[in-house]
Amino acid sequence: MATLTKPNIKVKRQVISEEEATSEVAATTKQNVHKKTVYDTKDLNLWYGDTHALKDINLSIYEKEVTAIIGPSGCGKSTYLKTLNRMVELVPSVKTSGVITYKDKSILDKSFKVEDLRTKVGMVFQKPNPFPKSIYENIAYGPKIHGIRNKKILDEIVEKSLRGASIWDEVKDRLKENAYGLSGGQQQRICIARCLAIEPDVILMDEPTSALDPKSTLRVEELIQELKKDYSIVIVTHNMQQAARISDRTAFFLNGEVVEYDETDKIFTNPSDNRTEDYISGRFG
Amino acid sequence: MKYVDTNQVQKNMNSRLIKNNILKSVFFLATIFGLIVLAVLIFRVIMQGASWINMDFLTNKLSTSPDRAGIMGAILGTFWLMLVVIPVTLILGVGTAIYLELYAKKGRFQGFIQTNIANLAGVPSIVYGILGMTIFVRALDFGNVVLAGGLTMSLLVLPIIIVASQESIRSVPQHLSEASYGMGATKWQTVKNIILPAALPGILTGSILSLSRAIGETAPLVVIGIPALLIPFPGGIMDKFTVLPMQIYYWTIDSSLVEEYANLAAATIIILLVLLFLLNATAIFIRNKFQKRF
Amino acid sequence: MALDNKIDNQDKPSIQDMIAKKKNGKNLTSITEKVIPVLLFLIAAVSIFTTIGIVYTLLIETIEFFKRVPVMDFFTGTALKPLSQNPEFGVLPLINGTIISSIIAMLVAGPIGIMTAVFLSEYASERVRRTLKPMLEILAGIPTIVYGFFAFTFVTPLIREVFPSVEATNILSPGLVMGVMIIPMIASLSEDAMTSVPNAMREGALALGATKLEVTFRVVIPAALSGIIASFVLGISRAIGETMIVTIASGSSKNFTFDITQSMQTMTAYIVEVSGGEAPAGSTIYFSLYAVAMTLFVFTLLMNLLARYVSRKFREEY
Repeated sequence: MATLTKPNIKVKRQVISEEEATSEVAATTKQNVHKKTVYDTKDLNLWYGDTHALKDINLSIYEKEVTAIIGPSGCGKSTYLKTLNRMVELVPSVKTSGVITYKDKSILDKSFKVEDLRTKVGMVFQKPNPFPKSIYENIAYGPKIHGIRNKKILDEIVEKSLRGASIWDEVKDRLKENAYGLSGGQQQRICIARCLAIEPDVILMDEPTSALDPKSTLRVEELIQELKKDYSIVIVTHNMQQAARISDRTAFFLNGEVVEYDETDKIFTNPSDNRTEDYISGRFG
Repeated sequence: MKYVDTNQVQKNMNSRLIKNNILKSVFFLATIFGLIVLAVLIFRVIMQGASWINMDFLTNKLSTSPDRAGIMGAILGTFWLMLVVIPVTLILGVGTAIYLELYAKKGRFQGFIQTNIANLAGVPSIVYGILGMTIFVRALDFGNVVLAGGLTMSLLVLPIIIVASQESIRSVPQHLSEASYGMGATKWQTVKNIILPAALPGILTGSILSLSRAIGETAPLVVIGIPALLIPFPGGIMDKFTVLPMQIYYWTIDSSLVEEYANLAAATIIILLVLLFLLNATAIFIRNKFQKRF
Repeated sequence: MALDNKIDNQDKPSIQDMIAKKKNGKNLTSITEKVIPVLLFLIAAVSIFTTIGIVYTLLIETIEFFKRVPVMDFFTGTALKPLSQNPEFGVLPLINGTIISSIIAMLVAGPIGIMTAVFLSEYASERVRRTLKPMLEILAGIPTIVYGFFAFTFVTPLIREVFPSVEATNILSPGLVMGVMIIPMIASLSEDAMTSVPNAMREGALALGATKLEVTFRVVIPAALSGIIASFVLGISRAIGETMIVTIASGSSKNFTFDITQSMQTMTAYIVEVSGGEAPAGSTIYFSLYAVAMTLFVFTLLMNLLARYVSRKFREEY
């Protein structure tokens, strides 16, 4: 428990300059102008073939906050999330327009290397998807592909990441075992640990608890609260209670548009749009 | 008035059911017919050849005298042939499968290669023999050596390993590669570290099956020209060679001259079948052992 | 409780810093990313070159052959005497032998194969199916040379036991054995077609009181017909291309006859005979090898294309 109160003094390179405040999108809340943004989305449109999946999205993601994205299925919330690390490009025939800046760098430019982006932005998926390798190899995968081969450093990274995902105690004696021997909830935390191993700035989570039982869900939610201190987190969820429990801000998506984006308390207690109210009170979706 | 006469239906039903049962037995007999033939074949071969298998037979050189003839040369020839076939088919087969499944843009060109591979799978093996004789033996002037035979066999079994590898790669779930891309891995890193290892059991099974096809195949080698009585053992891929099926062929057609040759052929068949059985058992073992866990 | 697992890393460079440092020397990765697709493309092109190679070698020498032997003589000639003083190169005896041996094979493999498919897909329990299918696959895995040996040393003597007039080499015995060899292929492809008929269609008929037999013949087989026909066509193609069984057991008589008790030569067996006989390169016999091989290639290619066309064109939309 000694580390409990230790201040977080993790050193990170801060790329963001003073001007970032001005780069904020006007449409979003004004109350927190002193907070730094990691992502600024301007007039983003996205098409799958002829389907217009995202329409004029303007949204800022703030540093070291949990931003929840809610909305009925097919509203574009996962698509938006996958645009933030350009995973959406794995689907052929995707077209985008508009600008997303990540720390002042325009990431939708073809010249921007997706690998660099994804090194800074981790992702946790809907279904736990550890690699069919040992627990150790799962965590060491990221550092290894990025050229870190020193065994001692890797050992440290593995331990630190597993601790960071609060699963170290459960797996420390079985690091060489296949990750598929773990329960679904443990697998998902392994996936989070795998993310942490390259110390990203942002973690994108695509309905990370939808395949888990309530108990495992709770553990992951606690973990997200914990990770918020060091990481900016964007979480897509279909579970409104979850959004209310864990997020600082919530964006409500409907039919590819952002209906409302505000502090979570406001969205859930006093939404300004009728459609938001209808959705959170369970009238559709 | 009733349209259906219940009594009549009942009466018909009995005969219909009898017909059903009789034909069920016929279908069953048809199914086991092939197996009976298989049993007779194996029984015959063992009766004829088993007593001829001993240490001398396995280690001796070829000879015109049935008592002294051995198949060491053919065993070594098969071994050397495989030493060519395994790397060539693995590289070409798996490489093609990776290209088609993971790199080629889904479109006309990819469809063209795919159709082409399907057609190649249907080309009679003897046509490959002619290709091998024309290109490898004569045009490239290798002569009728292991390398020429091995390359010919490789082209012959290539469609098998390509299709098996493609299926195996396709069955690797998308979410595994997504996880890798999500970590900032490049395409080749993802292919090499995630997709190929996960697809490996299927690829291995396919390559073993294509290998056993190559081991049992005779026709292309007949065309390439394998000497009927080759005394020296092959010691490398540029040596002349013979293989087990070729030896069976020559002994079978000459059995009308020397009766014991049929027994030698049967004994060689036993060795060949045991070899194939072991290979297939390995393939099945790999398939079961590495049942997918994702 | 998750809190106490937290550790910090004050004195160490962050992982991202390490990654950034490694990135500087990472040109290799980006080169690999560019080279690999090209390399894989070249490998994939080998299969195309194989096809081109086959067609090219066959075509060049076939053209040479037709410079010496008129096309009409080749395709309409019933006499094949490559070694006589006045050689004749009529391909009809070979085509005849090929077709007759294939017909015999299909008379065995067709009915038995389809009955096997019916039994496995409609009657057999899951357990029986899972025992019998792999055993049938063994049948498909036996090298053809072994079947050739079996035809020559067992089936032919057996036939001659009953019908002494049958010659020691004849087309009947290899035809029958070839049929056995093709059974698993037809059975397995037809069974795939039958099992892919949706159960709802069967249940519809069974609910009306139809017996399994009636369901099989009135519902399943019609619905699976395209797959069954395709399996037959592929079986024929396999029989046409089969070499070792006919070479060993049917001898090398080049008579143009329909008597299945006699020796006949197939196209494949002719290729074996001529190439094994060390035909001097440049002789007409040598070129006839390619003309026959070309004919064989075209035959099997057409069959394979037909099979694909049938199974695609007439695929029922369930």
